[in-house]
Amino acid sequence: MFDNLSEKLDKALHVLKGHGQITEINVAETVKEVRRALLDADVNFKIAKEFTNRVREKALGQNVLTTLQPGQLMVKIVKDELTELMGGDAEGIDLSGNPSVILMSGLQGSGKTTFSGKLANYLKTKKTKKPLLVACDVYRPAAIDQLHIVGEQVGVEVYSDRGNNDPVAIAKAGISQAKSLGCNVVIIDTAGRLAVDQEMMDEIANIHKAVKPQETLFVVDSMTGQDAVNTAKAFNDILNFDGVILTKLDGDTRGGAAISIKSVVDKPIKFIGTGEKMEAIDVFHPSRMADRILGMGDVISLVERA
Amino acid sequence: EKTKTSFFNKLGKAVAGKSKVDDDVLDNLEEVLVTSDVGVNTTLKIIDRIEARVSKDKYMGTDELQTILREEIAGLLSETNIGEETEFKIPNTKKPYVIMVVGVNGAGKTTTIGKLAHQFKSQGYKVVLGAADTFRAAAIDQLQVWADRVDVPIIKQKMGSDPASVAFDTLSSAVTTEADVVIIDTAGRLHNKINLMNELTKIKRVMDKVVDNAPHDVLLVLDGSTGQNAFEQAKQFTKATEVTSLAVTKLDGTAKGGVVIGISDQFQIPVKYIGVGEGIEDLQVFNKFEFVDSFFKL
Ligand SMILES: Nc1nc2c(ncn2[C@@H]2O[C@H](COP(=O)(O)OP(=O)(O)OP(=O)(O)O)[C@@H](O)[C@H]2O)c(=O)[nH]1
Ligand SMILES: Nc1nc2c(ncn2[C@@H]2O[C@H](COP(=O)(O)OP(=O)(O)OP(=O)(O)O)[C@@H](O)[C@H]2O)c(=O)[nH]1
Ligand SMILES: [Mg+2]
Ligand SMILES: [Mg+2]
Repeated sequence: MFDNLSEKLDKALHVLKGHGQITEINVAETVKEVRRALLDADVNFKIAKEFTNRVREKALGQNVLTTLQPGQLMVKIVKDELTELMGGDAEGIDLSGNPSVILMSGLQGSGKTTFSGKLANYLKTKKTKKPLLVACDVYRPAAIDQLHIVGEQVGVEVYSDRGNNDPVAIAKAGISQAKSLGCNVVIIDTAGRLAVDQEMMDEIANIHKAVKPQETLFVVDSMTGQDAVNTAKAFNDILNFDGVILTKLDGDTRGGAAISIKSVVDKPIKFIGTGEKMEAIDVFHPSRMADRILGMGDVISLVERA
Repeated sequence: EKTKTSFFNKLGKAVAGKSKVDDDVLDNLEEVLVTSDVGVNTTLKIIDRIEARVSKDKYMGTDELQTILREEIAGLLSETNIGEETEFKIPNTKKPYVIMVVGVNGAGKTTTIGKLAHQFKSQGYKVVLGAADTFRAAAIDQLQVWADRVDVPIIKQKMGSDPASVAFDTLSSAVTTEADVVIIDTAGRLHNKINLMNELTKIKRVMDKVVDNAPHDVLLVLDGSTGQNAFEQAKQFTKATEVTSLAVTKLDGTAKGGVVIGISDQFQIPVKYIGVGEGIEDLQVFNKFEFVDSFFKL
């Protein structure tokens, strides 16, 4: 299924090189392969279209037609364009508050609870912070137990209130608890919710309003398909979140959702999740992600061989 | 509803009285299908089929075109997708009937098991659950909550214990207590992790030692918002456990789950269930026509 872009471009570039004369049609053909690769990688339909239109214009503008190595130039254009779209290098997270409040948000099963634990561990071990985890998912069976176990695994205190089913109240109480425990970061885990669930979206908007987080993070499964744009946009409309977390990148997904989300909300992707263990967290590197989406490692070696 | 009708109207107008579908319409159709996660390959296949039909049966109206679209897309779904059943049925030739549930992390396995157990129980079957996810934090507690909700027994061990041993215990207990249905939960795992996939094969193998030919059904749970990676998931889980049916979850959101069309076509695995919420009743028998129609709604 995941035919490498390199193979496809190889074919299309072969046409470019093979023909005595390179025509606009050849360029169009190559651009079409790029678009298809993007779609196979789950980049949103409209975004893939816009992207390849820009690539085509650039390619024609930069005289791909007359250059000695059209293939190489083409690959460079695609790669540069994609890296630029993906944004600059990773920005850190804002830890200026006292305590700094970090709010998790996202769809069901995207990896919020796991990432809350990872982030707590990261801030504790790498940034010498004293975090508190707060359990605001009052719906999912055993969600509170899960956060407690995760907290235990990383040696970070967890605040929960099992009798209480008001996440806004729990979040506020969590912050007071952090102050009395001398914690300087509060990480609020929330229930998974769908963007179309008005009541649940109102709920997270209310939590957001009540705790005024320094960082609101949108956690998204890197295997997400075309729907990534709808969800990211809906969450961003309500929360104006500060950054994106891309989970489950230890799989073999191309992760085209990353481009879609970046294009539609223009927020930085801050961290990635690369496993189920608490250490499986990494900062985001735009150019590596661009390579991954396009199978570019292969393309570059292909061009070097040529 | 409005979008759906207007899409078909537009399509109909552009096609009516012509023997060829024009590029605009095809572009439009391509967009609908690709944005439903059907994927480029399957989309091209569908478009080819539509073009062939249109050039054969000329001069068609909107209604006919709509019918053809439904037929051609649904036609790609595995033959065994009847699409008319509304009941959850288990064959009564096997007792206990053993269902093993597999899938990547967070797809909705445990929740689907809770809902399924409820369905079977309401039909009068005696159900037992096996907590063979011994890895994820509070996975056992989560299944326990579902068992309590549905009011069925659960067989479990400590966190970190051998999942194959839990599966063995569950089946043994089911035999002793003369249960009708056993559902085994397993830990979520990404299909490219060889050790974890081997573990799954082992869990599966051990069941046959207690109940002949168990598991009788291996249900792969796919998150409906997953894109093209679901193909690889289907492939690798089938390789490790011979998947016999699919469930697509989280279709209560805006994701369409179209990737299962290509999967069902290529692997000939029927889609049995869809998840449409987090509640105990939010599981439905898959209906292929309703599913296809949902692509054309906003
Ligand atoms: N392989 C892998 N698994 C992950 C990663 N992050 C989370 N998971 C797994 O994904 C599943 C869901 O993770 P959770 O943290 O429970 O997700 P959630 O968003 O809190 O889920 P809800 O609270 O139900 O909405 C679990 O099995 C996690 O172990 C990751 O980066 N890689
Ligand atoms: N909206 C919606 N949410 C669902 C559906 N099915 C499951 N969920 C939610 O998705 C999240 C993950 O579901 P689980 O059943 O824990 O998934 P799992 O595959 O068992 O996860 P792991 O065991 O961690 O791999 C939970 O928050 C569920 O409530 C569905 O059909 N619709
Ligand atoms: Mg959670
Ligand atoms: Mg589970």
